[in-house]
Amino acid sequence: MKNEQYELNCDLARMLKGGVIMDVTTPEQAKIAEDAGACAVMALERIPADIRAAGGVSRMSDPGMIKGIQEAVSIPVMAKCRIGHIAEAKILEAIEIDYIDESEVLSPADDIYHVDKRAFKVPFVCGARDLGEALRRINEGAAMIRTKGEPGTGDVVQAVRHMRKMNQEIRRVANMAEDELYEAAKQLQVPFDLLMYVHKNAKLPVVNFAAGGVATPADAALMMLLGAEGVFVGSGIFKSGDPAKRAAAIVKAVTNYQDYKMLAELSCGLGEAMVGINPAEIKIIMEERGI
Amino acid sequence: MQIAVLALQGDFAEHEKIFHSLNIPTCQLRQKSDLTKDFDALILPGGESTVQGKLLRDLDMFDALRSRIMNGLPVMATCAGTILLARQILDDTTVHLGTLGISVRRNAYGRQLSSFHTKGTFAGIKDIPMSFIRAPQIEFCLPGTEVLAEHEGRITAVRQGNQLAMTFHPELGVDCRIAEYFLKEML
Repeated sequence: MKNEQYELNCDLARMLKGGVIMDVTTPEQAKIAEDAGACAVMALERIPADIRAAGGVSRMSDPGMIKGIQEAVSIPVMAKCRIGHIAEAKILEAIEIDYIDESEVLSPADDIYHVDKRAFKVPFVCGARDLGEALRRINEGAAMIRTKGEPGTGDVVQAVRHMRKMNQEIRRVANMAEDELYEAAKQLQVPFDLLMYVHKNAKLPVVNFAAGGVATPADAALMMLLGAEGVFVGSGIFKSGDPAKRAAAIVKAVTNYQDYKMLAELSCGLGEAMVGINPAEIKIIMEERGI
Repeated sequence: MQIAVLALQGDFAEHEKIFHSLNIPTCQLRQKSDLTKDFDALILPGGESTVQGKLLRDLDMFDALRSRIMNGLPVMATCAGTILLARQILDDTTVHLGTLGISVRRNAYGRQLSSFHTKGTFAGIKDIPMSFIRAPQIEFCLPGTEVLAEHEGRITAVRQGNQLAMTFHPELGVDCRIAEYFLKEML
């Protein structure tokens, strides 16, 4: 696992810290995101809110469309493949994507196995609801973790729940006696060496971002206060009234998440936020995909 | 002594960890009011230069920080930080702080698949671990700039007076020798 490329891939995630990664569907949106201060963009054909509205099977985006976005911006470009879809991941690697999100937002291609991410040179980010999911994905080769949240809802409650749970479990493991870690590894269904890392360092071995339902500067600040190292914003920006202004405000909110006067200013006059739907009102629960 | 780390975006925590391992206290600069803190040197970390450059301006920190550097504040920059210091960014009209006489090309080695790790000599110090992550390249240096490291014919570290800049990331491992060089030679 400790190979050089994997370390470089974890290191790229470190460069994204304190930043905002924005979902974009066109080169024009990508440019707006870059100009607003995004540290990376996620290229996809439909943002999660529209995937939810459209229903049906949701797949990897057209590589031609992703290339258009790669050409439009100088910041890293990420793209999503379906859980367990080795071929989609290989295609994204072939177009030299900077990061692959093996994502529960798309329809899973494999309901048992995730992609063996160690077999790739390109880095992967994966969603997790708790420490067990996170360490299983890291064991498979993920170089970055994000909360799953409940994408496309504009409701931050699930991301909060996942970040809280992850950090509670990390604190619990850090405080265990060493001889209790064997049983904890069994219960969490994770490798012992990764759990030992968490025990010794009181953190995940890779960078951990928040994702799912972040719609306002205050949402982004909340996730940073809860221990996120950066934030993904999916539908929240380009489903709102004034995307450029909202995007720039969220970027500043992540940097100065503890300055509440500044957050108050940043929250003024942003226009309409995305409408949002309550996870209790929806049929497809994406967070349950790929555990 | 205290070292300030520009903490707008990027791997500022990794830089702080290196200085803490040398028992040197650090402080974070996240907004204009932080510039009144008492510090003796500045670190410009890795990250995305577009983000850091924009936030420097939007948060109104740009002019004050630039004049501190012009007036001799010791500064060490890595990767994105080097782009912030450069007088020219090739194929780009943007100039950020522009205090260092170099021309840089962003993402000169390519996308993430071209990122690499090597060991090299920095200012005569051998076997320094060097990670190049979507790294820029220093293509030209003005007179008065001293080249401190090269990799396969490309300039990877320079010094000009109070400014030290490199295109790789010495902060990612546990090797503190470049930070020690900075403290010893430039403060």
